[in-house]
Amino acid sequence: MTVFQHDVLVIGAGLAGMRAAIEAARNGADVALVTKLHPMRSHSGAAQGGINAALGEEDSWESHAFDTVKGSDYLADQDAVEIFAREAPGDIIELERMGTSFSRTEDGKIAQRPFGGAGFPRTCFIADITGQAILHVVYEQVLKLGITVYQEYFCTSLIVEDGEVRGVIAMPMITGDLAVMQGKAVIMATGGLGRVYAPTTNAIACTGDGMAISYMAGAPLQDMEFMQFHPTSLKDSGVLMTEGARGEGGYLLNSEGDRFMGKYAPNKFELASRDVVSRAEQTEINEGRGIDGCVLLDVRHLGEEKISERLWQIRELAIDLTNTDMVHEPVKVRPGAHYAMGGIKTDVDGAAPLPGLFAAGECANVSVHGSNRLGGNSLLDTIVFGRRAGVAAAAYVKQVASKSQISEAALAEDQNRIQQWMATKGSGGERPAVIRGEMGRMMREDLGIFRAREKLDSALAKIVELKGRFENVRLEDTGKVFNLDLLSIFELGGMLDVAHAMVAGALAREESRGAHTRLDFPERNDEKWLKHTVASRKEDGSPQLDYADVTMTKWEPEVRTY
Amino acid sequence: MDVRLKVKRQDGTQPDSSHYDEYTVEMPEGATMLDALLQVRDYEDGGLALRYSCRSSICGSCAMRVNGRARLACKTKASDMANGDEPILVEPLGNMPVIKDLVTDMEVHWDKVRRITPWLENSGPEPEREHIVMHETMVDVSNALSCIQCGACVSDCTVLEVDKHFIGPAAFAKAYRFVGDPRDDTTMDRLKALSSAKGGIWDCTRCNICVEVCPKDIRPMDRIMQLREQVVNAGVEGGIGARHGTAFAGSVRRTGRLDEVRLLPESVGMFNAPRLLKELPGAFRMMRAGKLPWKDTLPLFSKPIAGIAHVRRLFDNARSEKKEAKR
Ligand SMILES: Cc1cc2nc3c(=O)[nH]c(=O)nc-3n(C[C@H](O)[C@H](O)[C@H](O)COP(=O)(O)OP(=O)(O)OC[C@H]3O[C@@H](n4cnc5c(N)ncnc54)[C@H](O)[C@@H]3O)c2cc1C
Ligand code: FES
Repeated sequence: MTVFQHDVLVIGAGLAGMRAAIEAARNGADVALVTKLHPMRSHSGAAQGGINAALGEEDSWESHAFDTVKGSDYLADQDAVEIFAREAPGDIIELERMGTSFSRTEDGKIAQRPFGGAGFPRTCFIADITGQAILHVVYEQVLKLGITVYQEYFCTSLIVEDGEVRGVIAMPMITGDLAVMQGKAVIMATGGLGRVYAPTTNAIACTGDGMAISYMAGAPLQDMEFMQFHPTSLKDSGVLMTEGARGEGGYLLNSEGDRFMGKYAPNKFELASRDVVSRAEQTEINEGRGIDGCVLLDVRHLGEEKISERLWQIRELAIDLTNTDMVHEPVKVRPGAHYAMGGIKTDVDGAAPLPGLFAAGECANVSVHGSNRLGGNSLLDTIVFGRRAGVAAAAYVKQVASKSQISEAALAEDQNRIQQWMATKGSGGERPAVIRGEMGRMMREDLGIFRAREKLDSALAKIVELKGRFENVRLEDTGKVFNLDLLSIFELGGMLDVAHAMVAGALAREESRGAHTRLDFPERNDEKWLKHTVASRKEDGSPQLDYADVTMTKWEPEVRTY
Repeated sequence: MDVRLKVKRQDGTQPDSSHYDEYTVEMPEGATMLDALLQVRDYEDGGLALRYSCRSSICGSCAMRVNGRARLACKTKASDMANGDEPILVEPLGNMPVIKDLVTDMEVHWDKVRRITPWLENSGPEPEREHIVMHETMVDVSNALSCIQCGACVSDCTVLEVDKHFIGPAAFAKAYRFVGDPRDDTTMDRLKALSSAKGGIWDCTRCNICVEVCPKDIRPMDRIMQLREQVVNAGVEGGIGARHGTAFAGSVRRTGRLDEVRLLPESVGMFNAPRLLKELPGAFRMMRAGKLPWKDTLPLFSKPIAGIAHVRRLFDNARSEKKEAKR
């Protein structure tokens, strides 16, 4: 058995994970990154549009914070949002000094574009490759600091002893032999869960592993019912067309050629917040003013030069995937499952209620996004709270006494799971792709933009059914080297658990707030529901729901219009 | 549509295990190669190994050889690859060891990236806020940096095929990103290192294959040429390549001819006796074969060609044009 030992283990090497690792290392901790993908392959690299910070002279952190709270439909914790907006400018400047090539204004300063739900143009960007450009730079810093990276190591579970996190179990893809990775603190930074839906804007690796693993180990998940649908994704593949397209001035049109957003958001039009725009699109489509189940994103009037400089990536994607050149034709788009507002419950320093466990990035819920996240706020979330989790974890390990070595027995449970799956080859069981596909379509149908009791009831029954069928899932690859079949079964098991918490939360929440729209309860109900849903995993795998207060500081809930 | 695939299978731990498997999958029109391969993995053969994640040409995972050429599977339509009666040939990237099937060991590439000091170096006083830099400069840097490190160019690079030390197109494109960045204050050191390193910028043969296979239009070879130009313009001493270029141009400007006898000593250094001695046997062989016009070199015989004034004018024009462009 291989045993690795570090002070801090960071699971995931996207922006949140790497930013956390850098800060933990700067604070003197021996830190290692454990990641199922090479860091540069992380999904943060796919972020297109930008990252927010109140840099402008007329802008202020208070205004950024207010927009965020309003965008969240008042479910965000306001103390966390204040930290978030106040620390944003410093973090952006630091990224710039590390080497990020932010697009500039005429006078050489960082340029900012308007984004949905924002009262000010405060989204910094690098053309439409913002995530990639920042991911590269942050990885360069990881190399510079010589931080250990275990790449293509798939984390299967957390090791918890006497109520404290002691490390993780991980499988190096190249050997397939489970390893104990001992650490005094673990920072989960495994990103989103978009793949519980089909289709989704998310990468194939976005399977919510860290949420599932933490949930399994006893850490609660918060506000899981809130899933953001991005207004502009391609129909079949789900691939994203950045909000930057609308930020730069793009229109949304229905089959009659109307800029329909005027009806739904008379002030902000296409740049209302995402929940509002996605609901409007879906309403147009449902009422028969769609085209092929889509609406049109039209940027032709921006002209070829601007499109080529600022939106070249999506132009190319639309050509590659739909044969549409946006310079000459509008592209068909529809709302697509995009971002999990919910995640592992943490405080403002990334600490989860399970001692030794921290979380940051999309897999965490601090909560700054509440029931609806603003575009450009999630990259910022990875940087601000990644950094803070790194500081906090480094401080935490200093005060934890050294403990005995973890024995091989820790591996037993995962080894058993693998052995059982290995024995299913050639059996009559179902392939993981079949179960995954049914789950994805069900989630889109029943846990989509518009929800109602009947569909949620049937969703709950379906999840329980799929979990039952998963017991007989069939593995085909019994080899050790790069066994992706095994990996996909681990992922699927976790996704079913996480989806269960999402459905249960949505069924229980009898109101409409942010991205959660109940046709049977169309109003926001602050009296009863201005609170977080906290899901803990019961012995039988089903979620136990509790509720926690929302922290309010300055901003009282108001009616939300754009 | 039916997509027929012929996929190279291999277990890297067992070198003799390589063979081809054929699959036919039913796919919607417009399906990518990645869609087809995932269909195989999910429903036909769970053991097929390949890398993938974003399926939108941004994570760089899914580069592989399709019909003999490196491509991103998620950017390549299966219908565009159809071969008449032949199945579509799918193989792992070249110039790196195979781990399993289409999964290669990219460490050889990452090692090279580490050789070019892949981070911004800036030891000067920190600006109060962001660095003030021209928008156009950042656009140029961003274009070079939009390389997704997929390894397609590394796979098909003809120099890497014969010289494992060559730093390679992707790593040079990354190096360009720092050299071109006004915020980096080690430009001279970088240029020196890139010019004199084993497998440095002068070893590129300009075969253009990296430009052709790059799925993101990074044009790595052009970046290498830009680096060469900067090395020459900065007057970086010591590189054989830079001297070779200067000697080459000097000869043509002087006589209108390529003076191959002087080219060698001028490139490796007039007083580089060991290197010159090493080249001697080759020189004799060339002379015997009539490939070294030594007579033209002797001062007595060495006359410029008839139209030399015209040649020199061309040189001067090119130079002043470049100065204009710089402004
Ligand atoms: C197409 C798209 C565009 C977007 N554009 C924007 C934008 O413009 N602005 C914005 O603010 N937000 C945007 N977002 C959202 C934002 O990009 C993500 O929320 C954010 O990048 C998530 O970062 P992360 O570090 O939390 O996770 P990721 O970058 O997804 O990284 C997750 C890491 O965890 C690792 N991992 C996962 N599971 C395991 C496991 N079991 N074992 C080991 N390692 C594991 C992975 O290898 C990876 O390294 C966009 C999202 C999408 C899908
Ligand atoms: S899957 Fe990411 S580049 Fe192809």
